[in-house]
Parts: sequence; C-alpha cells; structure tokens
Amino acid sequence: MGILADKDTKVIVQGITGKAASFHTKAMLEYGTKIVAGVTPGKAGQTVEGVPVYNTVRDAVDATGATASVIYVPAPYAADAILEAVDAGLDLVVCITEHIPVQDMVKVRRYMEGKKTRLVGPNCPGLLTVDGCKLGIIPGYIHRKGHVGVISRSGTLTYEATYQLTEAGIGQTTAIGIGGDPIKGTDFIDALKLFNEDEDTYAILMIGEIGGTAEEDAAKWIHANMKKPVAAFIAGRQAPPGKRMGHAGAIIAGGKGTAADKIRALNAVGIEVADTVAQIGDTVVDTLKRAGIYDACHTC
Amino acid sequence: MNIHEYQSKQILSQYGVVVPEGIPAFSVSEAVAAAERLGSDTVVVKAQIHAGGRGKAGGVKIAHSLREVAVHADELLGKTLVTKQTGPQGKVVHRLLIEAGASIKKEYYLSIVLDRSTGRAVMMGSEEGGMEIEKVAATMPEKILKEVIDPAVGLMPYQCSRMAYGLHLPKPAIRKAERFMQGLYAAFTDKDCTLVETNPFVVTTEDDVVALDAKMNFDDNALFRHPEIDMLRDPNEENKKEREAAKAGLNYVDLGGDVACMVNGAGLAMATVDIIKYFGGDPANFLDVGGDSTPEKIATAFRIMLEGNQARGIFVNIFGGINRCDFVARGIVEAARMVSNDGKSLPVPVVVRLEGTNVELGRQILRESDIENVILAESMESGAESIVRMVKESEAAA
Repeated sequence: MGILADKDTKVIVQGITGKAASFHTKAMLEYGTKIVAGVTPGKAGQTVEGVPVYNTVRDAVDATGATASVIYVPAPYAADAILEAVDAGLDLVVCITEHIPVQDMVKVRRYMEGKKTRLVGPNCPGLLTVDGCKLGIIPGYIHRKGHVGVISRSGTLTYEATYQLTEAGIGQTTAIGIGGDPIKGTDFIDALKLFNEDEDTYAILMIGEIGGTAEEDAAKWIHANMKKPVAAFIAGRQAPPGKRMGHAGAIIAGGKGTAADKIRALNAVGIEVADTVAQIGDTVVDTLKRAGIYDACHTC
Repeated sequence: MNIHEYQSKQILSQYGVVVPEGIPAFSVSEAVAAAERLGSDTVVVKAQIHAGGRGKAGGVKIAHSLREVAVHADELLGKTLVTKQTGPQGKVVHRLLIEAGASIKKEYYLSIVLDRSTGRAVMMGSEEGGMEIEKVAATMPEKILKEVIDPAVGLMPYQCSRMAYGLHLPKPAIRKAERFMQGLYAAFTDKDCTLVETNPFVVTTEDDVVALDAKMNFDDNALFRHPEIDMLRDPNEENKKEREAAKAGLNYVDLGGDVACMVNGAGLAMATVDIIKYFGGDPANFLDVGGDSTPEKIATAFRIMLEGNQARGIFVNIFGGINRCDFVARGIVEAARMVSNDGKSLPVPVVVRLEGTNVELGRQILRESDIENVILAESMESGAESIVRMVKESEAAA
C-alpha cells in the first residue's frame, strides 16, 4: 500500500524538458511510475523519454486524466507552477525545486486553502512507495519492501536512513521527504496521519532538524493520536543560533528550533531519538523490538 | 541577508516610516561633519554592526558637542564590540550612524515576521520597547500583541488600529502609528523580507511615531529580484571563508573548530558535524558540496577548509544517492592532487566514508590512489571516530 501514490497514479512532470527533469523522468519511469505527460510552455508536441509534452497543465490533464504532478521548474517560476497544478484540480503536487522565495510560498499556501490538492515540498526529494512508484528524486535501489514509513525534512538524510533500514533487513512502505523550507505543504503531522491510517505501515521513522517547532508539534500529536510506534533522529545538535545550515528552514531563531528542544519533546512522549546519524537503523530496530513487532517488520 | 541599521532606516523612510534624521560616517571627520550638518543639540553616535544588543555593549553614545562626537567616534571606530548576539569574538566597528537625538515619551516594540506554522506574516507589538522580544515572550507572553496578516488582502487598517489601541498609544499618535505599521508591511512585502523590526519605536514628546532602531532581514532566495538589496552587502560583516564558499556554490558555515567535514546534502552535513562532536572532536565547519560535485568544486572546498591552517583533519562523508560514488571518489583524488603541493600528499589526513551507488568502485579508486593521507573508512561511525583520534594525536604531537 503505502501513502499518497501508487503504481496506477497518473503523473505529469512540470518543467519536463529541463536537464534534471528529463533525467529523473527516466528514473521515475524505470521505477514503474506512470508518467503520462510533461508540461513546458511552448514545447507542446515534443516528447521526453517517450512522454508527450503539453503547453499547460490543463492541456496535459485534459488529455491524460492525470491526478498528480512533480515540479522541477526553476525557483523564480516554481510558485506559479504549483498554482497552475492546484488550479487544474490535481490531487497531489510534489515540488522538488529549491530556493523558492518564501513570500511566494506564503501566497501559495493562501491560495491552496480550501482546495483539495495536497502539496509535498518544496525543496524536497519527493516520495517513493516501495515497488509502486516514485515522484521525485529518491533513488529506488536503496529501498526494500516492508512496513516502516519514513518522513524526513532532508534529502540525503532520507537516503542514508533508508539505506540503514534496508541493511538491517527492515523494509519500508513509503519514504516521503517533506522538504527543508520554512513554509511548505505537507508537514510532519500530515504525513504521520497518513501513515497512521495505512494498514501496511506498522511503524514510522521521522527525521527532523533544527528550525521551527514542527517536531515539537508532531510529538504532541503523536502522544494524542498515534497508534503505531515512532523512532526519530534530529540533525543539528551543534548548530549555532542564527546560522542557516544549508536548508532555508534550518535555523535557530529567537531561541526557538534547537535540536535539544525537539529531542526533549520527542523523548517526553516516549519516542527514542538516535544519538548519531550512524545509529538511526539501530534505533528503529530497538523501537520495533520494544513494540514487539520486530519480527513482523524484519523482511529478510 | 542582513544589512545595517542606517540602511534599513533609509529603506523604511521610503515607505513613509518616520526615522530620526541621520547620516552614516566611516571616519571621525565624517562623523563630526555629519553632526554639524544635523545641527541638533543632542547627537547619538551609533556603532553599525550586524548584531543586536549594541546599547548594553557600549556601542551607542550620546554627544552634546562636536568635540564629544569626535571622542565617541574615535573610540568606537575600529573597536571590537562584544554583544549578546556577536558571540565571544565580537565584531569590529567600521561604520557609524550619526543621528539627531529624539525626545522620547515612551518606547515600544513592533515587528513583522514570517510565521512557519500559519504560513503567514505576523505583526507583533509590545509596550516593552527596547527589551528583547524573546525575553518578553518567555516572561510575559501576554504583553505581546499579534496580528496575523492574510496575504490576499494585506495588513488591514483595522488590524493597525487594534494594534495601536492595544499598545495604549497616546491618542494623537494613533493615526501616525497606523501609517507607520502600513509602511513597515509595505517594505516587508516589496523587499521580500523575512523580518522587519523596530525595537524600540518611540512616541516623542510631540506625539510623533519614530523608529529609533530598525532591523531588516531579507530572503536570500529572493535576492535575484532585488539587486538593490544585494548591493548593500557589507563584506566586513561576512565570514571570509563563508563568502568564498558561497561564490563557489558551496554551502559553508564556519564553526571555529579543527575537525573539518565535507558532505553531500544539508541534513547529512548537519548530522556529520554532530557525530564529530559526539566522538569528542571540535567541528570546524558545516559544508554541503551538493550532488554535482566536480573535482574543481571539491578542490575549492579542500582549500577553504585548509585555509589559515584551520583544519587538522577532514572527514568526507558521502552518500551517493543520485550521484555515483566512483564519480565522487575520482573527484576527491583529483582534488587532492590539485590542492597538494607535491602532487601526492595532503597536509592533513582526509578520512573518506563512501556509501551508495557504485560504492565498491568508489572505494577501489580511493584504495588504489597514490595520494598519501587519503584514508578510506569502513563505516560512518569508524570514520568519524578515526578522524577525531587523528586530529587529537596531531594536537598532542604539536
């Protein structure tokens, strides 16, 4: 099962004629994703990896019945691309683009209120449902089919963690990168809700980092609602205040958003947090064993 | 991106925000000339650095004569100010703002910030002007008034009026304060700010509303549409290594220690800094080289880390997700050769941890490389442990 998309989800790629987009379109197709159309204004009639290109999202949706989109459009135009996808009535929009001006995202969030579209990202690696499909740039081969859902604010850290799980014989349902920007679509709680309802997912790994209070909010939500065990890792224990650590959202500002606060909040509701990035796999194994579901999750 | 107080005030005044009359000065003679031009009985000499807490650190001086202006300017220029926000190393003062003094009735706080959870801009006000807002939030949160701004309609007049009355401003100042708030919000949206803050803004004895201090932070991601803001960058305020790295497309943050690291991906880079500290090392930096790391880019990263003999050891932590380990390994070897003086050795040990796509090929390239001092780690844990140990040994030897 997994969350948000499966092998039958019809997907379009916005900005498909770009270099990164065409590279990843090929990788997504190879993984089994049903890419039915691409969109680049002015390039209608072309094909990329055999996928027909349209001028507008509306044209692509009318022609193919697509319900999801992956966006690789450059930052200055990416917010507009999200709005176009929302306006076309898609269910799911995954925005990979990094460096979108944050006030553009304020407008996007406002525009999306009351609309049915779910946004993942921006500035994220997208999502991958094991042996189903992938929307974005997460490498497929590091995954193994199983029962752990992965939610992360960081791309490479998602790969690192997933790889450790696979090495430990712990398979996954869906890995979802929610992105490193301060204002974004899907947040931890949204993704946790989806995994909570997914029958195939038995446990969740959540990977947070400094900045904001989404991890603290998630801890509260988990305590009140979560039916499944959660393990965690928080990056940025040594980050100095006021310094942006790569991601636009990874900054301790006004004394808020420290790793220590997040770890304390997670520990307080019984969630084990890995001491180092190298121990993420072990921490998940430990959490599964304590919950008595290790055998059910050990897939080899 | 940050700018100086006097630059923020120049921008805000274009939006109708009233600021004290002031002139920037880069030398004592300029400071005196500025004071003369202002012709005010009281002149404030303010150190211009990108950090708050200047008043308490002695960076703001009152002068009643041109002679006093000269004395204060002479003292402040070139001085290292250590404030709550500069860190222990402090910041050197290169610029001053010479301002006409204001007759203050009462001080207040007002800011517009982006709120992550609502995804909107929020205007915050408090009667505790001059106090750090974090302190107010922690000790008396009820004293902070908030107005969440709907981007579809912007800051509404009723919100300004509610804020002005909520702050108990004197009646003749209410309308002026509303215009003041509208000016701040217009600047905030026009210039793609992440923060506009006046702490304090004051009501004068004439019931004027004046921004006594002003701070603006800008969204780096939006600078492409604000060349006029990008121009205001002060290289003196930026870390030299961070500036060089930014030019090369590297994401670098100086952390002051001696165990350097080079990583692909911001999250993994943060986690690598953490694991170095976990094993007792003193991290020198955060460095994300990104996915498309060419040998030239890696060489630049090595040079920056080695500059000033800061790094006594380098930990390279790569997870090849999209990019391939063999490509990265070849890049490391080539870069090491470019940085090395004799073509085959590096001044400090470089421990490399590789995992992911084509890892075996990558490891083989490193094993077979003739560059001394490039050491392959078996795992991330052992790599972090061994670089910390090597740096400690080299410290002990020195």
